[in-house]
Amino acid sequence: MNWKAFLAMLARDAHVARRNFVALLFQTFLQPLMFVFIFGRVMVGSGYMPPSYKSLLLPGIMAICMVGTGIWAVAMPLIAEFQFTREIEDRLLAPMEISWLAIEKVVAGSLQALAAGLMVIPAAWLLLRPGVDLHVPHPLLFALVAILVALFSATGGLALGCSMQQTHIGLMFSLIVAPMIFFGCTYYPWSALEKFPVLQKAVLVNPLVYASEGLRATMIPQFRHLPLLAVVVGLVFFNALLLVTGLRNFHGKSVT
Amino acid sequence: MVAGIRTRDLRKVYNSAPPVAAGTGGFSFGAPKAKGKQPRPEIVALDGISLDILPGEIFCLLGPNGAGKSTTVGVLTTRVRPTGGQAFIGEYDVWQNQVAVKRLIGVVAQRPNLDFSLTAREILTFHGAYFGLSSQERAKSAEALLERFKLTDRADQMVRGFSGGMMQRLSIARAMMHDPQVLFLDEPSAGLDPQTRLLLWEIVREYNQSGKTILLTTHNMEEADALCKRLAIIDHGRVIAHGTPQELKSAVPGGYLLRLRFGLHSPDFLIRLQALAGVREVRGNDSNGADVYADRGGSLVAEVAALASGAGVELCDVHISEPSLENLFLHHTGRSLRE
Repeated sequence: MNWKAFLAMLARDAHVARRNFVALLFQTFLQPLMFVFIFGRVMVGSGYMPPSYKSLLLPGIMAICMVGTGIWAVAMPLIAEFQFTREIEDRLLAPMEISWLAIEKVVAGSLQALAAGLMVIPAAWLLLRPGVDLHVPHPLLFALVAILVALFSATGGLALGCSMQQTHIGLMFSLIVAPMIFFGCTYYPWSALEKFPVLQKAVLVNPLVYASEGLRATMIPQFRHLPLLAVVVGLVFFNALLLVTGLRNFHGKSVT
Repeated sequence: MVAGIRTRDLRKVYNSAPPVAAGTGGFSFGAPKAKGKQPRPEIVALDGISLDILPGEIFCLLGPNGAGKSTTVGVLTTRVRPTGGQAFIGEYDVWQNQVAVKRLIGVVAQRPNLDFSLTAREILTFHGAYFGLSSQERAKSAEALLERFKLTDRADQMVRGFSGGMMQRLSIARAMMHDPQVLFLDEPSAGLDPQTRLLLWEIVREYNQSGKTILLTTHNMEEADALCKRLAIIDHGRVIAHGTPQELKSAVPGGYLLRLRFGLHSPDFLIRLQALAGVREVRGNDSNGADVYADRGGSLVAEVAALASGAGVELCDVHISEPSLENLFLHHTGRSLRE
């Protein structure tokens, strides 16, 4: 393993992210924070939503921000670089096994997703307060779940980025990302689906359910949530599956 | 260590269109599957290429588009998995020792593939970082290369706005950044103006004089003739001739080629053409054309015209080529490199 090349590629991705920081900031936070404002502030303030919704919403918004950031940070450059600009070729020719380049993309995407997740907490808290009841009784468990969610976002980005054509980016969002968010227990807890038992079971194939519920379990444990063990097993399983799929497709794209 | 290049019976068969031409859409988790029971079309890109390129040599692969030049470069640079045969850079088997091979090579691809998120200087310095150069070495080499390739005044601009020629110069500079032992240049002068082409040739020669091996692909005979010590002419994935430009040119019967077009001619007339002094070979290419290989050019035209007039055949067009690689390609394939 050539750590120098690996770190140089991480430095390159950090450099590019820093250069696009303002655009990234708007892209990542604007829509979720508007959602927080309307649903958490306006609708709770006007009595359409119960006050407890503020606390339930925040971990879901954090999950959306993290997953959106990770997928965007990994999938979009890969789609463009493999197809249109081919700019990844220079890094494929660096003296390092090509799987490590895919892993570097996952690490860079996970770090961006973690940063987005940690930044959205104070921003959303400021918009929602007062009445947000956050507890993090086990910071290490919270860190573990946050890292698993970040990895899920980046491995998902890898698998999607190596499976899509450039012309299908719009389809990727409307067919995969949007349903994943709406059926991902982000705007409501999994227990809210009890009156829809089929749907409640069906959404368990959606990895975002484990991400949202995992963050709820570690940030607002006073509310009902999926057991933490199920969350960790679910996230580890999907991360492994997406990583293996992503690496296989990455190889398929890199070598003809 | 100066490394050479060796291939043995290299074969590559694509089961789908090669990637450059790829345009199929849709989701593709996993390998693309054939529809129905129809067998996949097989495209033979390389059909047993064997080459021995000596350390420190400039070697050309000359051939028309689609001959297999880029696929050969792809296999030698780890980007294309060979279907059969072997390829070596120095002592390393390319497929078995990819990382070791990548340390030895620098590659300029046929299409620009610069990192559009970076400036020209950053493209060079990050490339140096991938190859483990220290930050001082990176800065120094980048500065020198930007200067050499006349890019200093645009060094700190994003490359998105660069012209095609500037991108090509920067691509070559990047490939040289880590001082590779073997440099691959795939159609390096395509799209360059004559002045930049001469600069490129000068830089290639200079790099070669420092003891480096260079493999260059081109469909431009002048470039092959001007730069290469030896070359191989390839067509349909096969080497059809190889040697020094001089050897290859002298392998054409007579050297000169007269491409003639008549109103209409007969096999009998071609036999009479063959009998003219200095004519080595006559090939009728359709009912009104003939390629005459001869050891003289212009002086033969009057005799051909007289012969045609005597036989009642109208001579419509005459094109004389001096000894060239183009004539050799035509002699082997019946097609022009420019077609």
